[in-house]
Amino acid sequence: MQNGVREFILVPADDARPPGNGLPPMCDPRFSVVKAGPSRTLRRTWLDTFDWRLFRAGLNLECTAGRGRSELVLTARDGEPVAAEVAKGLRWPAMIDDLPVGPLREHLAPIVGVRALLPVAQATVVQARRRALNSDGKTIAMLAIDEMALTGPRRAEVPARAEVPARVAVSPLRGYQAQASKFADALALGPGIAAAEHSSFESALRAAGRRPGDYTSKIDVRLTAGMPAALAVCTVLARLFDTALANVPGTIRDIDTEFLHDLRVAVRRSRSVLKLAGSVLPAGLVGQYRPEFKWLGDLTTPTRDLDVYLLGYSAMAAKLIAGTEPELWPFHEYLRRQRAASQRQLARGLRSARFSELASRWPHDLDGVADSPGRRATGKFAARRIASAHQRVLRSGGAIDASSPPQALHDLRKRCKELRYLLEVFASLHDPAEQWRAVNELKALQDCLGEFQDTEVQQAELRAFARRMMADRSAPAETVLAMGEIAATLAVRQRAVRGEFAGRFADFASARGQARIAALTRTAGR
Amino acid sequence: MKVIAAYNIKGGVGKTAAAVNIACLAAADGFRVLLWDLDPQAAASFLFRVKPRVKGGGKALIAGRRQVDDAIKATDFDNLDLLPADFTYRNLDLHLDSQRKSRLRGLISPLQGEFDLVVLDCPPGISLLSENVLRAADLLLVPLIPTTLSVRTLDQLTEFVAGLDRHRPRILAFFSMIDRRKRLHREIAEELPACRADVAATAIPALSAIERMSVQRVPVTASAPRSQAARYYRDLWREIRDELALSPAGPGS
Repeated sequence: MQNGVREFILVPADDARPPGNGLPPMCDPRFSVVKAGPSRTLRRTWLDTFDWRLFRAGLNLECTAGRGRSELVLTARDGEPVAAEVAKGLRWPAMIDDLPVGPLREHLAPIVGVRALLPVAQATVVQARRRALNSDGKTIAMLAIDEMALTGPRRAEVPARAEVPARVAVSPLRGYQAQASKFADALALGPGIAAAEHSSFESALRAAGRRPGDYTSKIDVRLTAGMPAALAVCTVLARLFDTALANVPGTIRDIDTEFLHDLRVAVRRSRSVLKLAGSVLPAGLVGQYRPEFKWLGDLTTPTRDLDVYLLGYSAMAAKLIAGTEPELWPFHEYLRRQRAASQRQLARGLRSARFSELASRWPHDLDGVADSPGRRATGKFAARRIASAHQRVLRSGGAIDASSPPQALHDLRKRCKELRYLLEVFASLHDPAEQWRAVNELKALQDCLGEFQDTEVQQAELRAFARRMMADRSAPAETVLAMGEIAATLAVRQRAVRGEFAGRFADFASARGQARIAALTRTAGR
Repeated sequence: MKVIAAYNIKGGVGKTAAAVNIACLAAADGFRVLLWDLDPQAAASFLFRVKPRVKGGGKALIAGRRQVDDAIKATDFDNLDLLPADFTYRNLDLHLDSQRKSRLRGLISPLQGEFDLVVLDCPPGISLLSENVLRAADLLLVPLIPTTLSVRTLDQLTEFVAGLDRHRPRILAFFSMIDRRKRLHREIAEELPACRADVAATAIPALSAIERMSVQRVPVTASAPRSQAARYYRDLWREIRDELALSPAGPGS
């Protein structure tokens, strides 16, 4: 705890302890407790990104408001302060650029990135203050007794006024750490009081039915080699759909770009699982849902494509040599308008009856399959699917030479994605170290292919954008020229990446690389 | 960081009462204040209910074996910390080097970032410690009982300070423990501030509320902020603030 602060919880009132925020009587004659001013009401809001980037970085961000003051405090997990800032006029969710310029923002920026900071728990706290005195009547510690009532987001099953135990924080005064520690020991001996095992934040979160880090876009399911393959595939698909659904409200509200990104990844993974491992599911089910997931994927594409442009806009504009950033600006505005329109389309789609139908029927139908999953074992099935996906990558890549068209690299990229998804879906069957090495090698190849494809697509799109902007007269000649310069930069980069491809593929297709995948499929197939 | 020393060659003139109340008022204005009780009689420490003890005593502090920072105790007031007295302070002169009279300033200066104001509650007398105080202080706050001899003491002090090489603190004397029934008190307290710039306009009368501080063990500016005594100390604090060019709105403004 920070600077020797000791924290306790007051267990529910009984005969031994007065109700409310009353402390148990102090029985140690060396100490006494007196009131220290009137109690105060604070609004506490704990913030993190949707994917818990601060929590995962060992940080805690809290906004405390009360008595006309609002403060944003960043602490390490042990309570040590890292940075603080006055939080005047801030509304949540907020992007990093919405925070005041200063050390706090500087510290958060690389961790938060493009994600919004949003409340993960909110509570109103009535704080009573007391002084702990020694036998000379000298204050040795300040006591803060917090009665907390949840006011923020909570799981649907949590009652509206979920109870959070009252907390007592004993903060030693300078030069009185030893006496304050003895006081805290004496206080802990009283009835109805116990050492706090969790921070206020964790307590508030628990009361809201949540736990820190309870969202991840990773496929965190535990499969076993012996379980029926259909059950394994259903488990993965259900998990992927949970991830997709978790991101829908944030996508509709357009809180930040990564809700849509995670939604798209979950949908794409679901489509790949249906394609590559759907053979263990009833044929009718796969046939019924593949078009639905394709529809959902297509619905999300235009907005994401424009997000990619807008997220990379500054870097793109910085590469201009002949053109200037102001000349390119109409392109930015065009992208922004297009994005706003496609976001409206996307939100409409996610609110549609078709999506609601998918959201309610898909989990139900998956449950139906899981009830009678058949006898095919997951291990052998996974090994076979991975091995054949791996062979497809090797065949497809091996056929590429210097004269191959861009489409050949694009096809290889798709085969690589399929292999990657299979490796991730069945990751829990593999040795983690082997899995990590195999995925890393594949990732290096995918990055190369991805950049090649992106530069290819972006050049074509830039031309299309320029044509449309000229048609609706929203592009002055200087803007089109600047866009042409960017297209040229992309072409140069694409050529360089094309040159790197052969080496990357050779690494992946090497005997060592092949042995890695073989080792994985061996352990999975056992 | 500014350093104020409540100092007089004579004892029992109201140094501690002034030091604790000025420290308290400055802290209430938002200044981060350290009060150093340099007097082995430990009256300021007693007032704040802090045990007059420093591990290793004054010798360890002067020798640098004990960090000043480690010996500081929080008082019951926000922004106000205390470096307690210790009975060994009576021997501080023995540990101070007669050649290096800036030792006290050397001990205080590392606290620069932590405090805005240091108030020294000095023991009476003129000694090696006093010379260190004169070199550490930006302002000497000199309580005077309005008698001819007291005024003569101020003259002697002024002359002594003028003779210092390099650092010379400013002097702000003020009349203390004035008995309005005594004609001499009244006359000196009225005449001297008019003709001397180093005498404050505020004069603190002998009030029982000030004497009772030692019974209640709380500075009168905190226990009875609306009392006549508290008002006088507030006036005096305003004059000190002006003398040191400190912002009335607190530090950083």
